[in-house]
Amino acid sequence: MKLSYLAFKNMVSKPLNLALSLMLLWLSISLVTFVFQLSEQLSGQLDKNIAPFDMVVGAKGSPLQLVLSSVLHIDVPTGNIPLSEAKKLQKHPFVKIAIPVSYGDNHKGFRILGTELGYLEQYNAELASGTLFQKSFEVVVGSSVAERLGMKLGDTFVGAHGLAEAGGELHEDRPYTVTGILQPTGTVIDQLLISNLESVWEAHEHGEEGTNDDAQKNSEHEHDDQGDHDHDDHDHDDESHEGHQHEETEHDHDAHDEEHDHNEDKEITSLLVKFKSPLGMVQLPRFINENTEMQAALPGYEVQRLTKLLGSGVQTINGIAFAILLVSALSIFISLLKTIRERRQELALLRTYGLSTRQLLGLALREGLFLALIGFVLGWILGRLGVLGVSQYLKKVYGYGLELRGPDIFEFYLLGLTLILTFIAALLASSSIFKLNVAKTLSDA
Amino acid sequence: MVKTKNLAFAYEGGQKLFFPDLELPAGEHLLIIGPSGVGKTTLLHLLSGLLPPSQGAIHVGETALTALTRKELDMFRGAHMGIVFQQYHFIKSLTVSENMKLRQSYPQNADDKQRRNLLSERLGLADCSSKKVTELSQGQKQRLSIALGLIHKPQIVFADEPTSNLDDENCDRVVQLLKDEAEICKSSLVIITHDQRVKSHFQNQVVL
Repeated sequence: MKLSYLAFKNMVSKPLNLALSLMLLWLSISLVTFVFQLSEQLSGQLDKNIAPFDMVVGAKGSPLQLVLSSVLHIDVPTGNIPLSEAKKLQKHPFVKIAIPVSYGDNHKGFRILGTELGYLEQYNAELASGTLFQKSFEVVVGSSVAERLGMKLGDTFVGAHGLAEAGGELHEDRPYTVTGILQPTGTVIDQLLISNLESVWEAHEHGEEGTNDDAQKNSEHEHDDQGDHDHDDHDHDDESHEGHQHEETEHDHDAHDEEHDHNEDKEITSLLVKFKSPLGMVQLPRFINENTEMQAALPGYEVQRLTKLLGSGVQTINGIAFAILLVSALSIFISLLKTIRERRQELALLRTYGLSTRQLLGLALREGLFLALIGFVLGWILGRLGVLGVSQYLKKVYGYGLELRGPDIFEFYLLGLTLILTFIAALLASSSIFKLNVAKTLSDA
Repeated sequence: MVKTKNLAFAYEGGQKLFFPDLELPAGEHLLIIGPSGVGKTTLLHLLSGLLPPSQGAIHVGETALTALTRKELDMFRGAHMGIVFQQYHFIKSLTVSENMKLRQSYPQNADDKQRRNLLSERLGLADCSSKKVTELSQGQKQRLSIALGLIHKPQIVFADEPTSNLDDENCDRVVQLLKDEAEICKSSLVIITHDQRVKSHFQNQVVL
């Protein structure tokens, strides 16, 4: 019979002791691995999504909100900016790529993004089937969206106003047609329905007046103040544009002809910029923030700020989890100490069977290490179940999911730490084995 | 098989106990009899190497116990001696047959299932071989204790008061069992007891 078998039998013969030690270990390991996975994946996701762009230009407001909404698509936008202003930036010598994005509608909770084909290129998105959008109201669908909504090529749908699933007014008269479905990219693109800018503009040329959706309230609706007197003026040339109008373009409105009007009055939500040289990073954001009505935000900086904030939370939880880990080592120590005392006679008996002191020590250590291993594996599994649960939730609310990953190198270190702690606890608890008086122990019943 | 000379032992702060010289030829049995408190169990512990003597020499077979290191002594005892304790000592987390298997495993690492079954059969333990030792009756515990003293075919078996809690009929049965099993294993049997009923079973007797 192997010592390990005996150690295992001894361990399970005290189910209450076992349960207590296991649960403590379980709790701490699941907490540490869960939080670790969460923060790792979160920052991984963020980095991957912001990677293509160095700067976002949008309406004034919170820079973090601008990044969250325009790059990560998990917040409402800060407002709109005039396309003309954005166009000027596109020609700036420091700018390598500048892609306008415009949004404000959703389909069953997934955002409909109006942009240019360059946007797809930046994320290296490739078609799984169909073709890219070529004209208005043609749309390519992100892989997660297609999967979740069961969309096929040729499907049509109408956008609902606003960014949240419920309650938005439907743009019934402007249905979108699915022309392409994208391969999974592991980025925000998977969660989007992507069309051209014109589609988003045209969708809003009808039925805009009544819909003061939350998402757009903070931005576009200066028209509440000015709408009344404006109406009469330009009903005749373009009745649709009140919704998107901006004060600057207001003044010379009457003087422009219709075509010009289109270019000048068009608005986008933001402009995503990649610089040609690092100089752009230094000069352009400050220039924009100081000299225009727009705001420039640096995704890298904002995300760093965000993860720093999250990081202190993560550290607190890790601190608590490590404290529990210490308590669980203490509990293993106490329970081993107790069982070794209770089993003194059995240990003495084993000595008469010919087992050496070292083998008895090995028996006690094995019992402790088994416990540590089982506790760790259970904790690890619980941690992953936690990740799975949170992933489901995040997918529902934000459209971002987490992956179930195999063991990380950090988790191996954690296992090592757990085993070392248990080893020390078991060794301390077994010191009485060295002092075991076999003859006396066996004759005291 | 067993030979002692000038054997004496003193517990810390206690009186020194002197023991008569013993000499037991291989394959023969010995009864050591004496009233309570004269150091019978102490003698058994000395003979089995669980206690080092204060003076004197002990030979078991050709081996001088006093010359062995602690580890060598553990190995020697495990391989060549069987002990039937006055109080029953088992591993409580294991079943009856697992306890027997464990005894076989050290130190020779043997696993003789046939021998286990045979011994269980002869000692009437076959029906309870998968029971936990805590579920056994007193009689079954007694017999398991004998089984554990003999399962590994030791050269010498020490039995400490094996009959003290038994009625006359069972006393005879247990002594007979011990003798029979010792014969089968070709082991020497050393019984230490205050029980006068055992006397008639043994030719070699030493009175303490």
